[in-house]
Amino acid sequence: MIEEIAKQYEGKIPAPLIQKVIDESKGRKLTKAQIEKVFTKLQEKYDYSKIQSGEAIGIVTAESFGEPGTQMTLRTFHFAGVAEVNVTLGLPRLIEIFDARKEPSTPLMTIFLNKPYNKDEKYLEKIIAQIKEIRVNEILSEISINILKLQVEFVFNKKRFKELGLNEEETIKCIKDTFKTLDYAESDNRHYLIPKNKEGGLPALYNIKQKLKEVKVKGLSGIQEVIPKMDNNEIVLLASGSNLKDVFKIPEVDFTRTVSNDLFEVSKNLGIEAARQMIIQEASKVLREQGLDVDIRHIMFISDLMTNIGEIKGITRSGIAEGKESVLARASFETPIKHLINASLKGEVDYLNSVVENVMINQPIPLGTGLPSLVTKNKEKESKK
Amino acid sequence: MTTNVFLDEKFIGTIDHPKEFLRSFIEERRKQKISTMVNASYDSEFDEINILTATGRVRRPLIIVENGQSLLTEEIVKKLESKDLRWQDLVEQGVLEYLDANEEENTLIALNGKDLTKEHTHLEIDPIAILGLTTSLVPYANFGQSSRLNRGSKTQKQALGLYASNYLLRMDTDISVLQYPQRPIVKTFMHDLSKYDKHPCGQNITIALLSYDGYNIEDGLIVNEGSVQRGFGRSFYFRPYNADELRYQGGLIDEIGIPDKEVKAYRSEEDYKLLDDDGIVYPEAKLKENDVIIGKTSPPRFLGEMEEFSIAANTRRESSVAIKHGERGVVDLVIITENGEGNKLIQIRLRDMRIPEPGDKFASRYGQKGVIGRILPQADLPFTASGIVPDLIFSPHSIPSRMTVSHLIEVIGGKVGALGGRYIDGTTFSAEAEKDLRSELLSLGFRENGTERMYNGITGEEMPAMIYVGNMYYLKLKHMVANKMHARASGKIQLLTRQPIEGRSAGGGLRLGEMEKDCLVAHGASLLLKERFDSDKTIVYVCENCGTVAIFDWVKKRASCPKCGVNAEVNAVEMSYAFKLLLDELRSLNIYPKINLKSKY
Repeated sequence: MIEEIAKQYEGKIPAPLIQKVIDESKGRKLTKAQIEKVFTKLQEKYDYSKIQSGEAIGIVTAESFGEPGTQMTLRTFHFAGVAEVNVTLGLPRLIEIFDARKEPSTPLMTIFLNKPYNKDEKYLEKIIAQIKEIRVNEILSEISINILKLQVEFVFNKKRFKELGLNEEETIKCIKDTFKTLDYAESDNRHYLIPKNKEGGLPALYNIKQKLKEVKVKGLSGIQEVIPKMDNNEIVLLASGSNLKDVFKIPEVDFTRTVSNDLFEVSKNLGIEAARQMIIQEASKVLREQGLDVDIRHIMFISDLMTNIGEIKGITRSGIAEGKESVLARASFETPIKHLINASLKGEVDYLNSVVENVMINQPIPLGTGLPSLVTKNKEKESKK
Repeated sequence: MTTNVFLDEKFIGTIDHPKEFLRSFIEERRKQKISTMVNASYDSEFDEINILTATGRVRRPLIIVENGQSLLTEEIVKKLESKDLRWQDLVEQGVLEYLDANEEENTLIALNGKDLTKEHTHLEIDPIAILGLTTSLVPYANFGQSSRLNRGSKTQKQALGLYASNYLLRMDTDISVLQYPQRPIVKTFMHDLSKYDKHPCGQNITIALLSYDGYNIEDGLIVNEGSVQRGFGRSFYFRPYNADELRYQGGLIDEIGIPDKEVKAYRSEEDYKLLDDDGIVYPEAKLKENDVIIGKTSPPRFLGEMEEFSIAANTRRESSVAIKHGERGVVDLVIITENGEGNKLIQIRLRDMRIPEPGDKFASRYGQKGVIGRILPQADLPFTASGIVPDLIFSPHSIPSRMTVSHLIEVIGGKVGALGGRYIDGTTFSAEAEKDLRSELLSLGFRENGTERMYNGITGEEMPAMIYVGNMYYLKLKHMVANKMHARASGKIQLLTRQPIEGRSAGGGLRLGEMEKDCLVAHGASLLLKERFDSDKTIVYVCENCGTVAIFDWVKKRASCPKCGVNAEVNAVEMSYAFKLLLDELRSLNIYPKINLKSKY
């Protein structure tokens, strides 16, 4: 019986709420009239709590972030150690998210593993070795420039090879591939990189030396550290550095759950919807960590605003402010002259539809009490025309 | 390994054994072979020795310790007491030495003689030497929180008192003098040392820790009107006004005197009534804002050739000195003298008696500052069983979170001192023990924990709780409402934007800023917001054809457009003047902002 009544409310009330009523009513032996009363009341309450037309949601959201934000500034640059990976939290991170900075100051991936691998520690070493980036610099015992012969000389640290499970031949191949234009030579454990025809002289050699140090031998580029962690009875890897694209290629990795805190990378690899969800998650994580209670709807609203055109736009003058329709509104937020002059070149028209413009020209803003207007027929004017 | 040596931050050489070098260096200095003004230190991080001889280093004296024994022996102390030895002798004999911040890094300093071990190199002369002058004026500081101690010593600097004994002859700007300053009952040794009784800065009053009618919430204070009438917190506020006869190009000069009626911007006869014949106000004249105190005229501003023939142009300008907006007082002192350039200079000192009023700031010496919330008649205040009425009621909510235990100890200390007729030594680290004070309080016939039974002054009911009552040294701080209060309805506006001017002294408006605007927007109070920003609204006539500002001829009662002529349709539009100004500025940038009109309905 209850399901029948509930059906009438489908679409009017969110499904989880209806389900909750159904679950609660079980074993209570309610009459039809009572159930109907519950639903009418629920509908009433639900409609009442909806945002009404003319509500200044943008300002309310800004204030809901701004007020706790002032409390955060006092505790700025807070680093919370998560298993030895330092993560920027607090206000700096919040600014980073909302400004949509291209690279977070501490990129971090949370890598989930597929079924057998996420329970047993014996696979760990192999997986981590695949992920963590190893550069030539880490396996050298000596590197120098020979000024007389104009060549770069280097010696490998054999002990490190074993520790890191590297193969010397592969490593040398790696180096050869990177420096295809150079000659490579080897004699009793000393290795040489020689520019052809002594090109470039010393500055070139120096560049080669620096480049050689940074050559990736193994692992995924950008991942400096990988730390395993137990989370809900499964092994989760925390990687400092972000490289979703390559991590997804590793078969042991569960790419359905693996995430990065680099919004742009999430957007690129998982799509804009994922990025939207990531903004919500990251922002609420920061706020929760600071003990601040900001309603999730505000964060969702900001996140929607930042992603609704299909790419991430920061709350900056080059981000969402750029997309405002009104010239005056854009000019009132940073670099006014640029906007005014560009608008005049294009001959833009400002229809004065939004808040800021109307404050500027001292007219009632189209919000709240300023929204409703009296509709009358002005006979005099009509007859004139 | 060689260690680099720097003399006054210049490299002078290297040595092999830095520690031995430093030891012998300091030894030589103690023997007076090197000046005692020189300090040397070893920086182990950078492996370098720094020898500093420059001026401007802050140095402090410490007792030298050798093998765990202080060099300041009983024998020397006795000689000091009998004045056979002086401070300088101790420095010369190598008993004391002055260390700078660098050299202090290489030392281990004991706070007390009994803590000395073999490792120690120095001993504090007294534990209180770790504190500065104003900080050591805080009694029982070792019982309080360090940040409160900071605030406590900061507020002492803002306290009104007798800042200089020749204040009657001085012309200081913005200064106050407390009328009945007292020396504190609970004092520290620094009060004696700095001759605090010659320049005291507060008053001993009776306080009760009690919430009363809610007028002392959030650091508010309730003050006894009887105490105020008896002189509690009463002070004089002084402010100088001056005027000089400036000389201008062409032999022209300002003239001090009652201005002639022909003078430009002449006020009115009534306005100059306070001035004597010489154009200067007489001493002890009662003044209020905008009263003229020095009559002055200046020569006309632009003296061109043509104007010599004009009658109007030769008149002088009025440039009298008047009392500033919101100020009042009595003429305390008039000085007629000359300035550095030999011009006549008049200086007038205004005196204003400041009786404590709601909004004035008071503080104890522990960072417990508060603002008067209410002044209650003595009859309405609570009284103790023995009939004592507190001068001030302090909220107990100010205590737990701030942990100013020293504040509570002073209440007992002050009570014992007031009852026993003696001063209490509250010197940090070596104060009279709280236990002794309590037992003394008990022997004086009071409860040893300092609480007393109190009765509500209004209803006469007995209060269910015991109230903590005692005496404290309270400071009146220089922040008084009379100097800060400001409000206005309408008033002066800026010429350019037609918006209200800024600032209390100019009688400006209080800005409803961007974030305040956001609040009105968030509430959807659209029409209220418009009304609030109406201060510069104007009617602008706009041509419907070309969208530019049109002209309205008030004589012919007809509007016309400078571009489209008389027949163009012109309509009146209401907008803020600042926006009209923006449109004008855009036009000056060669941008043509066109206003398209549309009927609202």
